Amino acid sequence: MATHSLLARTGPQSALIDVDHVSMSFASAHGTTLPVLDDVSLTLHEGEIVALLGKSGSGKSTLLRTIAGLIAPTSGQVHYRGTRLNGANPGVAMVFQSFALMPWLTVQDNVELGLRARGVSAEERREAALAAIDLIGLDGFETAYPKELSGGMRQRVGFARALVLQPDALLMDEPFSALDVLTAENLRNELMTLLAQPDFPTKSVCIVTHNIEEAVLLADRVLVLGSNPGRIKAEVGVRIPRPRDRRSPTFEAMVDQLYGILTDRAGQSTADKVATPGPLTHPLPAASVGGLAGLIEIVHAHNGQTDLPDLADELSFDVDDLLPLVDAAQMLGLLDIDGAQAFLTDVGTEWYTADIQGSKEIFARLAVGRAPLVGTVVTALEHSEGGSLLDDFFRDLLRVGYNAEDIEKQLDIAIDWGRYGELFDYDADSGELILSEVAAGLVPLLCAGDEAAPTDRT
Amino acid sequence: MSMLRPFVAHDATLRSRTRWWADAIVLAAVAVLFWLLVRVSHEVSAPLPPRTAASMVSTDPANLPYYALRSLARMFAALAVSTLFAFVYATAAARLRRAEKVLLPLLDVLQSVPVLAFLSVTLTVWLTLFPGSVLGVECAAVFAIFTSQAWNMTFAFHQSLVTQPRELDEAARVLRLTRWQRFWKLDVPSGTIPLVWNGMMSFGGGWFFLVASEVISVNNNTYALPGIGSYVAAAAEQEQVGRILLAIGVMIIMVIGVNVLFWRPLTAWAERFRTEDTAATEVQRSLTLNLLRRSALPALVGRGLRPIGRLLDTVTRPLGMAEQPLQVNPTRRRVGDIVFGAVVIAAIGVGVWQMLAYVSRGAGLGEFANAFVLGLATMARVVVLVVIGSVVWVPIGVWIGTNPKITRYAQPVVQVLASFPANFLFPFATLLLIKTGVSLDIGGIILMSLGAQWYILFNVIAGASAIPSDLREVAAHLRMGRWLRWRTLIGLAIFSAWITGGITAAGGAWNASIVAEVVSYGNTTLTATGLGAYIAQSTAEGNFVRTLVGVTVMTIYVVGINRLFWRRLHRLAESRYSQT
Repeated sequence: MATHSLLARTGPQSALIDVDHVSMSFASAHGTTLPVLDDVSLTLHEGEIVALLGKSGSGKSTLLRTIAGLIAPTSGQVHYRGTRLNGANPGVAMVFQSFALMPWLTVQDNVELGLRARGVSAEERREAALAAIDLIGLDGFETAYPKELSGGMRQRVGFARALVLQPDALLMDEPFSALDVLTAENLRNELMTLLAQPDFPTKSVCIVTHNIEEAVLLADRVLVLGSNPGRIKAEVGVRIPRPRDRRSPTFEAMVDQLYGILTDRAGQSTADKVATPGPLTHPLPAASVGGLAGLIEIVHAHNGQTDLPDLADELSFDVDDLLPLVDAAQMLGLLDIDGAQAFLTDVGTEWYTADIQGSKEIFARLAVGRAPLVGTVVTALEHSEGGSLLDDFFRDLLRVGYNAEDIEKQLDIAIDWGRYGELFDYDADSGELILSEVAAGLVPLLCAGDEAAPTDRT
Repeated sequence: MSMLRPFVAHDATLRSRTRWWADAIVLAAVAVLFWLLVRVSHEVSAPLPPRTAASMVSTDPANLPYYALRSLARMFAALAVSTLFAFVYATAAARLRRAEKVLLPLLDVLQSVPVLAFLSVTLTVWLTLFPGSVLGVECAAVFAIFTSQAWNMTFAFHQSLVTQPRELDEAARVLRLTRWQRFWKLDVPSGTIPLVWNGMMSFGGGWFFLVASEVISVNNNTYALPGIGSYVAAAAEQEQVGRILLAIGVMIIMVIGVNVLFWRPLTAWAERFRTEDTAATEVQRSLTLNLLRRSALPALVGRGLRPIGRLLDTVTRPLGMAEQPLQVNPTRRRVGDIVFGAVVIAAIGVGVWQMLAYVSRGAGLGEFANAFVLGLATMARVVVLVVIGSVVWVPIGVWIGTNPKITRYAQPVVQVLASFPANFLFPFATLLLIKTGVSLDIGGIILMSLGAQWYILFNVIAGASAIPSDLREVAAHLRMGRWLRWRTLIGLAIFSAWITGGITAAGGAWNASIVAEVVSYGNTTLTATGLGAYIAQSTAEGNFVRTLVGVTVMTIYVVGINRLFWRRLHRLAESRYSQT
C-alpha cells in the first residue's frame, strides 16, 4: 500500500471536524421534547475512516446530517477546521442511501452540479467530471439519465458526484443498503481500492451503517450508538490489517464483539435497568407475531441455540431486520440472549410445539406479563366500565414519551400482539379496544410480573 | 391529456387547515385590498378617461380568424404572467418563514374570490394606468384570465416546493448550490409536472373569463376588444344566430388546436421531470413533440441561449447560497414575529376601519345587509345546481369511469367540454328563456350550470376509474345488489372525488352568477334577483362602493361555505374513506 493513501496513514493526525457535546431533540405533539441525540462528542481526523454503527432510532443519520451542516443541533457545536458551522459544511461531500440524484439531469450534469455551484468554468468542469466518471467506472454512461441506470450504477454516479469535489471528508449515509448484496459487495470493494490509491484527495471518511460487517470491513474506528436517545455507547478501534478477510478469526471476533455491544442491554443507560418496565421505558420492538414464530422455528431447528451474526448472515438479513425480532423474543422470554448467542427458553419451546389454541394461550400469558404496553392496555381495559376504551386514551398516555409516528407504531404492535393472544379486540372504525374473556383471567399475572414466565434455558 | 387525473383546482382549499379567525382576518385584508384599488383609481381620475375602444366589434366573418388570434394571444399572455407569478409567490411562501404566514392564507382566500369580481374591482385601475389607449382594456382582460389561472398554479408549485424529496433538498444544500442554481436545477424541474397540469386545467377554465372580459361595461361605458368573445357578444346583440354558431365552431377548433399543438407536447415533455417515486399512470405521447425532437431547432435554440444562461448564473451569484443560517437567536426571532404580526394586524385593522367609513359615506353600511340577502338568492341557485348536477352526473360518471372502453371514447368529448367556454351558449339559452317566458330567477340556474356541472362529471369519472378493478370484481363475484355495491364500494370510492367536483362546480357557479344573472339577446335584457346581478349592475353603473360591498359579501359566502360544508366533508372523506 502506498505511503500517501488514506488507508495507510497512521498515528495522530490533525482534526478535520469536531462534534462537541451535540444534543438533538425534536418537539413532540404535547409540547414535550423528544431527545434524539444525547451529548455526542466525536472528532473526525485526517487520514481515518470512521463508522457510525447503530440500530434504527439511534440517531446515526441525524448525527451525520449535523456533521454535514444540514441540521442544527439543539445544543452543542460542530466545527470544521476550527470554524463553527452555520450552514452546509464547505469541506464535505455526501453520498446518500437513496442516491439523491437529480432525475432530470444526465449523469454528466449530475456530476458537474457541485462544480457549477463552485463557479468552475465549463471546460474545467467537463474535464473534471469526465475524469471522475472514468475513475468510478461509468464511462459510456455520461449522457444517460439516472432512471435508465440500475441501483448500483446510480450509486456510482452518487460517488462520482461526491468525489469530483475532492472534499476533505466524504460522508456516507448507508450508501450500500439500498443495493442488493452482490452489487453492494462489489461497490464496497471498488471504493476501498479507490481509497487505497496514492494521493487520493479525500482525507477522511465517515460512514453511517447498521451493518456490522460493513463497519468492520471499512473502518479504522467504529463508534457504536445506543438508542433512545442516541449516544455513543462504545468506541472500538479496528486494527485488522487491510485488505480484510471476512473469514479470518480476528474479523469474526470483532463482529461478535460489536454484536454483543449492540444487543447488550447492560450497555444501555442504568436508568433503564432500575426502572420497573413500563410502556414508556420499554417500547415494544417492531416485530409481528408471524416474524417471531419464524425466528423461534429457526432457533428450534438449530437445536435451541444459535449465533446471531451467523443467523443474520445465513438469512441474508441485516442487523436492523433481525434485532427487533430478537428483542421481542427476549422481551417475551422466548429467547435468552447472551452476547451474540441466543438460547431457546422452555417457554419458547412450549410455544413453538403447542397447537394453535395452546400457543395463543401461552402467547397471551407472556404478552400480558412481559410486554409492558400490552399489560397496560389489558389492565386499563379491566378497570374500565364495560371493558372498552378508545385508542385515543392510550395515544394520550404514550404522548409523553413518543412522537406521533412512534405512538402509532407502538399501538399497532400492541394491537397485533393483543389480537393474536385474543386478549382484546380492536374496532378500527370506532377506534375502540374491547377486552375479551380470555384476558380477564390473566390479570393476576400482571402483579406477578417476570415470575409468570420461566426463563430457564433449554 | 388524461382525464383520469382529477381536477385539482380546489384541493388546496380542502386541505387547508387554517383557523376560522385566520380566514376572517385574511378576508378583511382582501376587502381592504380591493378598497385600496378602488380608491387609488378614483383618486387618479375623477372622470374616467375618454372611451378608448369601440363598444362593439364588427361581425363580419372575415374578421373572425384575426379576432381568434387576438383572443389566443391574450390567453398566452395571461399564462406567461401566471407562471411568473407562481414562481415568485410560491417561492416566497415556501422559503420565507414570516411571509408564508401571510401569503398562504391570502392565496386561499384569493382563490375563493370570484374571478369576475377581480375584474370589476380592478378595471378602473387599468383604465387609468393607460389613459387614451386600448392597452388598459387589454390589460384588464389579461388580468381577468390571469386571476383564473394564477392561484391554482401557485398552489401547485408551492405544494411541490414544500414536498420536495428530502434527500434532493439535502443534496442541493450539501453541494452548496446558489439560490439561482437551486431554483432552476431543483425547484423548477421538480415542480414542472404539477405546474404544467394545473396550467392546462386553468387554461381550459380561462376561456370562460376571456369571453366574459372582452366586452366590459363599466361606468355606463362599454368597451369591446377585438376578439372571439366580443364577436359573439356583438352577434348576439344583432341577433345573428348563424354567426354565433360560426364562432362556436372556431372556438372548438381553437380549443382542440391548443391542446394538440401546445398542451399535449408540453405534458409529454414534462414527463422527463418525474421523480422516481411517482410512477406515471400512463405514458404521455405527442406527435408534435416527436416532430420537434427530430428537428434540429430545439438544439439550435438551446445553443443560442447558453451564453445567456451562463451570464445569469454568474450575475446571480451574489444572491448567495440556497441556505438558511443554522443558528438563530430565538429571542430575536420571537420579538420579530410579534412585531411583524402586530404591524400586519394593525394595518388590516386601520384598513377595515377606513373601508367601512368609505362604504358608510358612499352607500351606507345597510348595503352589506342588502347584499347578504341577495346572496341568499344566488346561494339557493348554487345549491340547486350542485344537487341536480350530482343526481344527474354521478351515476353517469360512474358508468363511464368503470367502463374502460367508454372512458376511451368519452375522453376527447370531455376534453372539449372541459375547455369550451359556456358563455358562448348564453345567447341561445337567453333566446330560449325569452321565447318560453321562464324567469331568469329560475333560468339563471341553467345558465350557471352550463359551465359548472361538468366539474362534477369529470371528477366522478376520475374517481370511478380509480376504483381498483379487483375490488369491482369482488363485488361482482359476491353478487352484491346494486344498492349494496353503491353503499359498500362505489359510493365510498367516489366520495372524495365528488367533493372536489362539487366544490369546483360551486365555485364556478358563483363565478358564473356575475354574468348569468344579467343577460341580453337583441334588445331584450333579462335580470335575476341575486348577488351576481347586483355586482354586474353596480359595475356597469360605476357605483364602486356597491361593487366593493358585493364582491366582499360574495367572497364571504364562498369562503364560509367552503369552510362550513366542503372542508368538513373532505375531512370525513379523508379519515374514513380513503383507499390507502
